[in-house]
Amino acid sequence: MGQFIQLVVDGLSNGSIYAVLALAIVLVNQATGMINFAQGGMAVLSAYVTWRLVEAGLPLIVAILLAVLASFIVGGLLERFLMRRFERGDPDTAVVVTIGLLTLITGVCGWLWTYNNQQFPSLFPLHTVRIFGAAVSVRSIGTFLAIVAIMLVVQALFLGTKLGLALRAVAINPESAAFSGLPVGRLLMAGWGLAAALGAVAGALVAPQLTLTPGMMDTALVYALAAVILGGLSSPVGVVCAAWLIGVLENLAAVYVHFIGYDLKVAVPFILIFVVLIVRPQGLFGRKVVVRV
Amino acid sequence: MTLLELESVTASYGPVQVLDGVSLSVPEGGAVGILGANGAGKTTTLRAISGTVRAGGRILFDGSDIRGKRPDQVAALGIAHVPEGRGTFGALTVRENLRVGAYLRRDRKQIESDIDFLLELFPNLEERFKSNASALSGGEQQMLAVGRAFMAKPRLLLLDEASLGLAPSTAKTVYDAIAELRRESGIAMLVVEQNANLAFRLVDSATVLETGRSVLSGTSAELRGMDEIRRAYLGG
Ligand SMILES: Nc1ncnc2c1ncn2[C@@H]1O[C@H](COP(=O)(O)OP(=O)(O)O)[C@@H](O)[C@H]1O
Ligand SMILES: [Mg+2]
Repeated sequence: MGQFIQLVVDGLSNGSIYAVLALAIVLVNQATGMINFAQGGMAVLSAYVTWRLVEAGLPLIVAILLAVLASFIVGGLLERFLMRRFERGDPDTAVVVTIGLLTLITGVCGWLWTYNNQQFPSLFPLHTVRIFGAAVSVRSIGTFLAIVAIMLVVQALFLGTKLGLALRAVAINPESAAFSGLPVGRLLMAGWGLAAALGAVAGALVAPQLTLTPGMMDTALVYALAAVILGGLSSPVGVVCAAWLIGVLENLAAVYVHFIGYDLKVAVPFILIFVVLIVRPQGLFGRKVVVRV
Repeated sequence: MTLLELESVTASYGPVQVLDGVSLSVPEGGAVGILGANGAGKTTTLRAISGTVRAGGRILFDGSDIRGKRPDQVAALGIAHVPEGRGTFGALTVRENLRVGAYLRRDRKQIESDIDFLLELFPNLEERFKSNASALSGGEQQMLAVGRAFMAKPRLLLLDEASLGLAPSTAKTVYDAIAELRRESGIAMLVVEQNANLAFRLVDSATVLETGRSVLSGTSAELRGMDEIRRAYLGG
């Protein structure tokens, strides 16, 4: 029983990492209609910036806030000067561009700061507490709660604010959005900026756990994409729940399903995706899109 | 008072010039049709006004030339474009579509009462208020597209082939509903339509376009009286 709870707790902790990246992906998708594969890379870059600022003597929280602000600006500029050229064209091209961007950012991080692991300071204390017989680090609890908070903010942004509505409208139909007076270009920049800022928070939350390397987010990105598909692209709450589910199930499967073990546990989310998509094509929480002519 | 005046407007897609001198005017509160065959340049004329294609000549709105403005800036001046193919936001609900239409407005109370007014006029939309726009029928989507434009409280509404893809009886219902909206709101309209009979349910006068040129204009009664108009656009 103790082992089971420990696995669930650790799974939730891993799932939180996937969740925060998935939220950034959902944000860009809802605001621009794209899937940004570079989201993980951008988060790593902000984590490095944060780390450098801390090394330079700034308090961690100040460093994080500066990195978030810088990411917002860089995200907006990336949209304006790079992605804008591909938004109206073939969506496949845009996806390839974001994958190229991911490779580029990873390379730049490696070139600037080497591929060695760097210790990233944690926002939360490192000691553990015991919950139902499982050892849970305060850091995991902190990360978990931070992600719940971010999820609620993103959900409220999209469903409860005028800005969120405008971002979604622009992603769905930029021309009609402009006909209603929405400043389409600025809203697209804001969408990328907000997602990049969220990515910076993601980087700062997970870097202590993963240790900072240029490829830190690679595996998390795969899981985050799985969570996005599973949870439904339109639902922040959905993707976070899916990410937790993936984190927990892969841990349980690794231990309790012998032929899976630790080597094959990466397959778990994908088996889950196949099953879910066959039963519910819109994802677990996504809204069904009915098209009538 | 003239609200909108087009003087020898030209426009091209790349090297291909498709508008070659379009002139027309819409009086304050009036409704003017643009008739013409497929490919005559009707849609492009509306796109020139709303700033989605670059235009030559002069496009005067309220006396000043609005050429070169971005579509969102044109919208802010009080021109609402209902594009060909409706352009509703499929993954947004009816309510959200209308809220997007009111994006530039700050008068929250008045927005809600305008939504109520619209739903009274277009009762179908009231039934589907919380559905996604993509789930609506073609006629309902067209009404929603007009509703989105209305929510901006425009002074001029540009309407592009509202009958496209609709059964004839549905198209009539849609046009009559828009005519009712016009009577109730007094918004001026510039209405593109291939089917002149439908257009005359809504407009008082019209201009005929042929290969990017306005060749003829007149009141509904005058145009109905002309043989060539009857043959070309009124089905005999
Ligand atoms: N995006 C475009 N690129 C190139 N040519 C276009 C484009 N849109 C329309 N055209 C051409 O411009 C001409 C006028 O088109 P349009 O304004 O859509 O006519 P209408 O609305 O009267 O049917 C047509 O010959 C059409 O083929
Ligand atoms: Mg047309």
